[in-house]
Amino acid sequence: MINIFEVNETNKMIEQENLDVRTITMGISLLDCIDSDLDAMNEKIYKKITTLAKDLVSTGDKIAMEYGIPIVNKRISVTPIALIGGSACRSIDDFVSIAKTLDRAAKTVGVNFLGGYSALVSKGMTPAEELLIQSIPQALACTERVCSSVNVGSTKTGIDMDAVKLMGEIVLETAKATKEQDSLGCAKLVVFCNAPDDNPFMAGAFHGVTEADCIINVGVSGPGVVKNALQKVKGRDFETLCEMIKRTAFKVTRVGQLVAQEASKRLGVPFGIVDLSLAPTPAIGDSVAEILEEIGLERVGAPGTTAALALLNDQVKKGGVMAATAVGGLSGAFIPVSEDQGMIDAVNVGALTIEKLEAMTCVCSVGLDMIAIPGDTKASTIAGIIADEAAIGMINQKTTAVRVIPVIGKGVGETVEFGGLLGYAPIMPVNRFSCEAFVERGGRIPAPIHSFKN
Amino acid sequence: MMKKTIITVVGNDTVGIIAKVCTYLAENKVNILDISQTIVQGYFNMMMVADTSGSDKDTGTISKDLSVLGEEIGVIIRCQHEDIFNKMHRI
Repeated sequence: MINIFEVNETNKMIEQENLDVRTITMGISLLDCIDSDLDAMNEKIYKKITTLAKDLVSTGDKIAMEYGIPIVNKRISVTPIALIGGSACRSIDDFVSIAKTLDRAAKTVGVNFLGGYSALVSKGMTPAEELLIQSIPQALACTERVCSSVNVGSTKTGIDMDAVKLMGEIVLETAKATKEQDSLGCAKLVVFCNAPDDNPFMAGAFHGVTEADCIINVGVSGPGVVKNALQKVKGRDFETLCEMIKRTAFKVTRVGQLVAQEASKRLGVPFGIVDLSLAPTPAIGDSVAEILEEIGLERVGAPGTTAALALLNDQVKKGGVMAATAVGGLSGAFIPVSEDQGMIDAVNVGALTIEKLEAMTCVCSVGLDMIAIPGDTKASTIAGIIADEAAIGMINQKTTAVRVIPVIGKGVGETVEFGGLLGYAPIMPVNRFSCEAFVERGGRIPAPIHSFKN
Repeated sequence: MMKKTIITVVGNDTVGIIAKVCTYLAENKVNILDISQTIVQGYFNMMMVADTSGSDKDTGTISKDLSVLGEEIGVIIRCQHEDIFNKMHRI
């Protein structure tokens, strides 16, 4: 029988340490909605999403109430739209009409984001994929809840540098198209290398073609819980530290697994994966940066940061894997800047730079995330940043991503406010030397060799 | 089927907390299986294991009612399915 101390421990995690289930994401395949008639296809897409996900939000709220655990987001991911729209879309406007349909469906079922306005072009782009990518700025400017992602490389295929160059331009165009809202569109656009098919986290979620018709994926969180647990082992050796992270990650993940199973059962939709991620929010105490500081760094960005993050990421996985029946998605610590108060503070005092963040992405999940850069940054420079991240992912056989926001009309030293979970961010300086000749080359970077690992 | 719910009451100690909570539970046909109580850092801390399967109200409503009752007494009352604790603390 559960005792009062265990009950109190759980409730303390929920109330004081921001333990929550970050998202229940329903993955929906739209492959059976493909039609050469655009209107008919839009109708099928709307119907399929609003039918399958009609109870998603209410079921999530009910589970949250019964178990007393907040479930922050209910979301939807769909098959990459470039694959769905290929036979019907002849113009940018055609693709944008699908984005509007997705937005409408998201509003009808009450989810706050829907991901999958995506193209997977790690080796090359079809005309439809190129058209979808061209339509991203307009699609993100005229919709509210649609998220977009583009996969430009993988360990098996290398990096499509034509797509990288194009994405440099698209990120900048998206920033311009949404400049009235401090370039918010870029917060809904992720450029990936090795993108996973079952990621429940926005903005990079899409429902891969390897997936079943409809599944439930759950993303857990709880940086505050880990940080508080680590306060109990201050000054102790690394073995003790790692053991504490593992134990805590286990407990946090069990809650995610429970919610995933319940949601799957009540919605009659198979369970996919639990994503073991430490996802920070701008709330005080809900910060990955603060965990790293608790491990022993004065500020994130100090020497030792990469090592601390590497051990944190690994222990979270070790603890979480045993707690879940199936693990997938991004699984690791997220290091967004704008969504993490500790990261923002570290940038403001000069401890954390984009270059250090890039090093950190070698050992944790995802990559350069929610980083505001000057609005006058050149497209080729953004492409260079994307290429660097993609290279880290390709060589290290891991997912990496870039979600940078060139804030039009603002420069270093200014701050940008996105609101809600997206937070606010100081604009960070970018290396001013050019990589234009590098980006202009065009073509592909071939896949890397998988031997002689040095 | 028995539906075990954990009810927790936390707050400043005062006369009649248990009485008021138990009255509500009795009126709504919720069977109490176990009660434990302790004082943690000066705060009144009670945990009840209850079976809500006989009640006409669903757990969501009971949970809301108890939370309102808690506000009246000046304590925090929570009502949660036991599985969240079992999953977290038992392998």
